[in-house]
Amino acid sequence: MRAFTQHKGVVAPMDRSNVDTDMIIPKQFLKSIKRSGFGPNLFDELRYLDEGKPDQDCSQRPINPDFVLNQDRYKASSILLARRNFGCGSSREHAPWALEDFGFRVIIAPSFADIFYNNCFKNGLLPIVLDEEKVDQLFAEVKAEEGYQLSVDLEAKTVTTPSGQVFNFEVDDFRRHCLLKGLDDIGVTLEDAELIQSYEESRRKTAPWLFSRGA
Amino acid sequence: MAGKTLYDKLWDDHLVKQRDDGSALIYIDRQLLHEVTSPQAFEGLRLAGRKPWRLDANLATPDHNVPTTDRERGVEGIVDPVSRIQVETLDKNCDEFGILEFKIKDQRQGIVHVIGPEQGATLPGMSIVCGDSHTSTHGAFGCLAHGIGTSEVEHVLATQCLVQQKMKNMLVKVNGKLGPGVTGKDVVLAIIGKIGTAGGTGYAIEFGGEAIRDLSMEARMTICNMSIEAGARVGMVAVDQTTIDYVKDRPFAPKGDMRDKAIEYWKTLHSDEDAVFDKVVELDGSAIQPQVSWGTSPEMVSAVGGNVPDPEAEADPIKREGIVRALKYMGLQPNMSIGDIKLDRVFIGSCTNSRIEDLREVAKVVKGRKVSPSLKQAMVVPGSGLVKAQAEQEGLDKIFIEAGLEWRDPGCSMCLAMNADKLGQGEHCASTSNRNFEGRQGFGGRTHLVSPAMAAAAAIHGHFVDVREMMN
Repeated sequence: MRAFTQHKGVVAPMDRSNVDTDMIIPKQFLKSIKRSGFGPNLFDELRYLDEGKPDQDCSQRPINPDFVLNQDRYKASSILLARRNFGCGSSREHAPWALEDFGFRVIIAPSFADIFYNNCFKNGLLPIVLDEEKVDQLFAEVKAEEGYQLSVDLEAKTVTTPSGQVFNFEVDDFRRHCLLKGLDDIGVTLEDAELIQSYEESRRKTAPWLFSRGA
Repeated sequence: MAGKTLYDKLWDDHLVKQRDDGSALIYIDRQLLHEVTSPQAFEGLRLAGRKPWRLDANLATPDHNVPTTDRERGVEGIVDPVSRIQVETLDKNCDEFGILEFKIKDQRQGIVHVIGPEQGATLPGMSIVCGDSHTSTHGAFGCLAHGIGTSEVEHVLATQCLVQQKMKNMLVKVNGKLGPGVTGKDVVLAIIGKIGTAGGTGYAIEFGGEAIRDLSMEARMTICNMSIEAGARVGMVAVDQTTIDYVKDRPFAPKGDMRDKAIEYWKTLHSDEDAVFDKVVELDGSAIQPQVSWGTSPEMVSAVGGNVPDPEAEADPIKREGIVRALKYMGLQPNMSIGDIKLDRVFIGSCTNSRIEDLREVAKVVKGRKVSPSLKQAMVVPGSGLVKAQAEQEGLDKIFIEAGLEWRDPGCSMCLAMNADKLGQGEHCASTSNRNFEGRQGFGGRTHLVSPAMAAAAAIHGHFVDVREMMN
């Protein structure tokens, strides 16, 4: 996994609440057996005017000029500013894959859905929770100033605005550690292989039906 | 010291290691696999040269992409080549790694969340995961069950564990008795309507109270299934005799002495009298009416006799904007009656409502009646091959076909339209599924979430009616 330490980038405002993972990446693109290439279909139904199909050349499709990521000023954005309950619905990891593949590294919102939040960390994508009031302020600033950028520092757990205002955010230590180092967390877990084995041995004694499959 | 909640007990029983940084290693007893969220996980194992930790903890089946017609042709019957590759990839991965799979032509194939309980692969007290958010369904058995992403599917395959942070405890207590014609689906839609789609975020929800205790396992599964629509990854119901009776004699369930030992343990799977919850929400079960969703989020629900809301009446500007957007997408006017919404299709199925009890409810309503000629289609998709066989043994298929409902083969089908079953642009559908998101059931499609009985009533009338009026 790509490590995340600091990032500075253009901010795009996604001004609607309850953005679900069906919206982030519609189901027809979930048929891929790969982990990459979802970027052109990120927000497909909002971004294009026609119905998207897998393996299609998206450069030829009619785009929705009103959609935020189709506006020139946001085309190179790498930080997504969003509203409440971002990423709700399906557990599809294709949603963070699509956001990452498009070029996003950070998503800022007042709240995220649990499974989506967790999936982001597995993919070098940093979800940041800020108070609604601060998110409101950022929406106003982004819309007012073309090329508006934020600086994010995961080590210091801060978001800094162009005027130098600093917002602190919380993230739990294990996730932060893995993201800072770009760690493969399966490798970390396997360091405890003996513990897992001894747990299993004790469960085999106390709850043998969990290992029997009907025998 | 206060007693433990059911969630506390399940957490403690699966704790392998508590780390200093607040995270924990949790052991997973069962992983269910399907074709959509597993291929990249198997590929990850291969690339890292890792083997599955414990093969017999896994059970796989294709469900999202499978067609609901022409099934005797097996994988060859999948017309869309991209869908076919995904199903074939699951077959290949399970064969290569040695994982038990109910393949497309196996009668035990079905929606993962239907076949787990049906086989007894879901047992009380287990920790269960699947790369699918509706894994919360299995919480109906007093399980710690939740959806995970593909990276975590790989993590569980490789280590039989997950890295987790403990969630907070919420009790949703539904008091009193439900009225006739009011089902588990109406209860859960009413709960989501009350607490909102983010109301359960960060919590494990336990559903309790007299109305929940009175419900069948099928209805409890419907409620736990949609916990995720309230934001909670985990939804649970305590184990009681209803649970134990349901599990008995299932193929994967313990037999003989081992069963007696298991039952002894299962009976401890309830919250202690003095357990403390971080949040308690109470509802009056007797006041719950049959529900219909009108918008593009599962919290946008109304009683069947109600009206579509007027955004002008909403004080919160973000919510108001959400209502305006939803009404535009759904093609509805503020204040119009729910009964005046014209329907194009009816879908009865999905991991929420495709079990035998759901199909019996539908049969009761449509028996001796005809589907409205104003509908383009009304279909029933059973949750598994075994549900299908059971329904046919009871003669339900004949009642459906006689009434003009299509009787299909098992799979996820139009719940998310990854196969050929989908809505056309602008079409309204009464659906027993779980999500009414934009485009969920097809590009531009408009979903209204209802119970199986309400969907059946809507199929007969071509618009929403109160099913209770058809029950006399």
